[in-house]
Amino acid sequence: MQFTSFSFLLFAAVLLTVYYIIPGKWQWPLLLIASCFFYISAGTEYLVFIALTTLSTYATTILMDNRLKQRDVYMAAHKAEMSREEKKAYKAKIKSGNKVWMVACLVLNFGILALCKACLIDPVRTAVSGGTLSFLTVGLPLGISFYMFQSMGYVVDVYRETAKTERNPFKLALFVSFFPQLIQGPISKFNQLTPTLYAPHKFDGKAVSFGLQRMLWGYFKKLVVADRIAVAIGSLKGEEYTGIAFLVLTVFYAIQIYGDFTGGIDVTIGLAEAMGIKLPENFIRPYFSKNIAEYWRRWHISLGVWMKDCIFYPISVSEPMRKLSKASRAKFPNFGKRVPVYVASVATWFCTGIWHGFSANFIVWGMLNCFVIVVSEELMPVYAKFHDRFHLKEKKWYGGFEILRMFMLMNLIRACDLFPNVGDYFRRLGSIVTTFNFHILWDGTLMNIGLTALDYAIIFGGCLTWFVMDLLQEKGPIRERLYAKPAALRYSLIFILLVVVLLMGSYGIGYDASNFIYNQF
Amino acid sequence: MEALLNILSELHPEVDFETCTTLIDDKILDSFDIVTLVAEIDAEYDVAIPAEELVPENFNSAQALYALIEKLLDE
Amino acid sequence: MKKKSIAIFAAALAIGLVLLWLLQMLLVPKYMTDVREGALIAEYYEEEPNHDVVFIGDCEVYENFSPITLWEEYGITSYIRGSAQQLIWQSYYLMEETFKYETPDVIVFNVLSMKYDTPKSTGSSSQREAYNRMTLDGMRWSDSKVNSILASMTQEEREKEAMWMYLFPLLRYHDRWSELTAEDFRYWLKRDTVSHNGYLMQVGVKPLEDEHVERPLVDYEFAPSCYEYLDRMVELCKAHGTQLVLIKAPSLSPVWWDEWDQQMVAYAEENDLLYINFLNHQEEIGIDWNTDTYDTGLHLNVYGAEKLSSYFGRILSEECGVADRRSDAGLSALWAEKTAAYDAQKAELEAAYAAQK
Repeated sequence: MQFTSFSFLLFAAVLLTVYYIIPGKWQWPLLLIASCFFYISAGTEYLVFIALTTLSTYATTILMDNRLKQRDVYMAAHKAEMSREEKKAYKAKIKSGNKVWMVACLVLNFGILALCKACLIDPVRTAVSGGTLSFLTVGLPLGISFYMFQSMGYVVDVYRETAKTERNPFKLALFVSFFPQLIQGPISKFNQLTPTLYAPHKFDGKAVSFGLQRMLWGYFKKLVVADRIAVAIGSLKGEEYTGIAFLVLTVFYAIQIYGDFTGGIDVTIGLAEAMGIKLPENFIRPYFSKNIAEYWRRWHISLGVWMKDCIFYPISVSEPMRKLSKASRAKFPNFGKRVPVYVASVATWFCTGIWHGFSANFIVWGMLNCFVIVVSEELMPVYAKFHDRFHLKEKKWYGGFEILRMFMLMNLIRACDLFPNVGDYFRRLGSIVTTFNFHILWDGTLMNIGLTALDYAIIFGGCLTWFVMDLLQEKGPIRERLYAKPAALRYSLIFILLVVVLLMGSYGIGYDASNFIYNQF
Repeated sequence: MEALLNILSELHPEVDFETCTTLIDDKILDSFDIVTLVAEIDAEYDVAIPAEELVPENFNSAQALYALIEKLLDE
Repeated sequence: MKKKSIAIFAAALAIGLVLLWLLQMLLVPKYMTDVREGALIAEYYEEEPNHDVVFIGDCEVYENFSPITLWEEYGITSYIRGSAQQLIWQSYYLMEETFKYETPDVIVFNVLSMKYDTPKSTGSSSQREAYNRMTLDGMRWSDSKVNSILASMTQEEREKEAMWMYLFPLLRYHDRWSELTAEDFRYWLKRDTVSHNGYLMQVGVKPLEDEHVERPLVDYEFAPSCYEYLDRMVELCKAHGTQLVLIKAPSLSPVWWDEWDQQMVAYAEENDLLYINFLNHQEEIGIDWNTDTYDTGLHLNVYGAEKLSSYFGRILSEECGVADRRSDAGLSALWAEKTAAYDAQKAELEAAYAAQK
């Protein structure tokens, strides 16, 4: 069930109605049933994957929790007779036992994920499809990258004792499979999501209305802008489009992926919000960032947090890193102390690249991001001097310049994931400095890539509206401010947005609705 | 505490670490800063801060961070 | 306070729905000046449903038979439930629906659509979403319409859950806002009648020039699914005591192969039905392909249609025993009006055609 399908809207409408009719304590079981239905409608053959993740997560966390409980009981009982060292050793023993279970669970699950992703690559597909696992080669199980990361994040949290262990297997199953976030995240933390996920909710007109408004806004971005511009991206990937045309492609792609991804997330968060469930924000207007590092704190936040907590921090504070850090500090006092950070960054970006796809271009893409972030970090003092010298930070236009610089730079990096062949990407990147074909902007080239003048007008109008909305949102929550306005104005604005989506959305016969891009991860 | 404040102000000279209690929430310290801090603290106090302690509550203020160091030293 | 906000919400919802409905009415194609055949199906419901004869089929019925002639010459009241590229399952469900309104003495079905397989099979180039809409949009909602839609949807329509677009045509025609014309505003909430009891008049003349040649087929056997719908038609008519007459209109293209004709002859014999292939009676009908077609033999113009109706009317009244209603004063008055409208349009179109020449 695609978010943009009619059946999804019907499904959501029926669910919302039933959700508020039944008693509060039946709401979370209803969500579990709905999630199962949602998942089964995507294909029963994939059910085994999510069931396996749920079961292994449940078994591992219960095992670890039992050992932790045993530990607490034992420690309480033997408080007096144990020395400090004994206590420490005992605790460490329990912990290292838990670590074995955790690692086993992680290896199992990430092994499955890796196998599934590897099967998307041709040689592997051919090798595997001969055997009994041929159903693996159909495609990725729905949302596997998302529910897998969410579940494994929870396993790690239980190991670290930062999350309470869920002992009800059905509640845990709901946490793993909660359907709005199944398709493209966000990857929620257990502590963040579950308090509102399991709680009973009384009907609240304002919450439902806010949720539906957010969904509508998501459909606007997805259907009116992203899906409309998608066709041009397919065309501009062609060999003949180099130089300025490539720059145009990167900008179009920036618009499409932002609309597509945040549009989908708005539908997800909005639907959850309408049910009284609070999901973490996944984007905070990332294109207003002033550098790449900030961009990544504002784009796909839940993945960034996961990578930080589960890869970046553990690596950078690990025992080998400690030793490396000490050794490098002895040699280069200044740069040396940042060595662990950089090593951990490379590892994190490698994983982030792999997460997006098992292919060279995604790894290159990750490394490019990492490279830019590390270089900016190293050059920080130089920048600071430069800024001070010309008093740039006080100048208003400079902030705008920084945003534009970040936007263009990020666009160039991002374009890497459009070209499975890394060579193609670098050739086009190079063509920017060798091919000055500015004429393509007015010689009609842009009218031959699948967009009509009307399409351009709609896309431009859509982006402008969107930009203004983002600016307003920067200043404070739009829906709250709208809520304070007279009903006539409020309803009119929502109605206009609805009509715009209905009339200008790219959907229905004659349109090839592109899937949400993040479905494939 | 004095040594900790020195380490902190070396990272961000413009911040008043004695009073600020929203170092993470206001995005003053990013993940790079935190890892650098962990290494500096290790060098200064000879204490390894484990990954599970790298949470906002422990890094939002210099006091919280110092409390963490003392707790780890105590164990 | 709470009551007030609920009242405001209800009012806003009502206004919103009305506005959306108006928007939908504006955006749907009107079929009033161009592609007028799209308006045919909906016009049936304006009629008093008491016809002796109902024609069902594609353009070979709504262009080739004139109910006015049948009335004038034989006192037969008739209606044509025809639409462009009407496929056999659509004909079946139109027939099923017709029986909900009336039980005619005779139903006439044009068998050309036997050659078009169901959309589920591959390679059916006849299946076009636009034609589906023209046949289906005009129908009133009933189980017949739903079943007809389910049987008709193209691959793309299935993938895109087009049932919703039939329920809410706004979803189908949402992007027509950029191509609205004066016609759309003029016919926003009302429609003219474009047909004469389902007959769409053409007065132009474009003679047959060359023989229509088509490549022989590999397999002439009609699809089992088409036979299945034909069987269901036979049963349905039997159940209502209505005589089913199968015809093949005298249109020269698409070619009606002898192998097909033989299958229909056999089928009619087997099921005790009357089957008339008018292609075999061109001389008796008096069709002159120099004057009686407006598109080189694909369809008849009004002169050809009148000749054909005159010929078929005799069969209907003599062989099928359809009664002469001209003694009924009420009906006579009604049909006098229809005839006047028919004659007026004919004169008007002839004048326009002459001027154009």
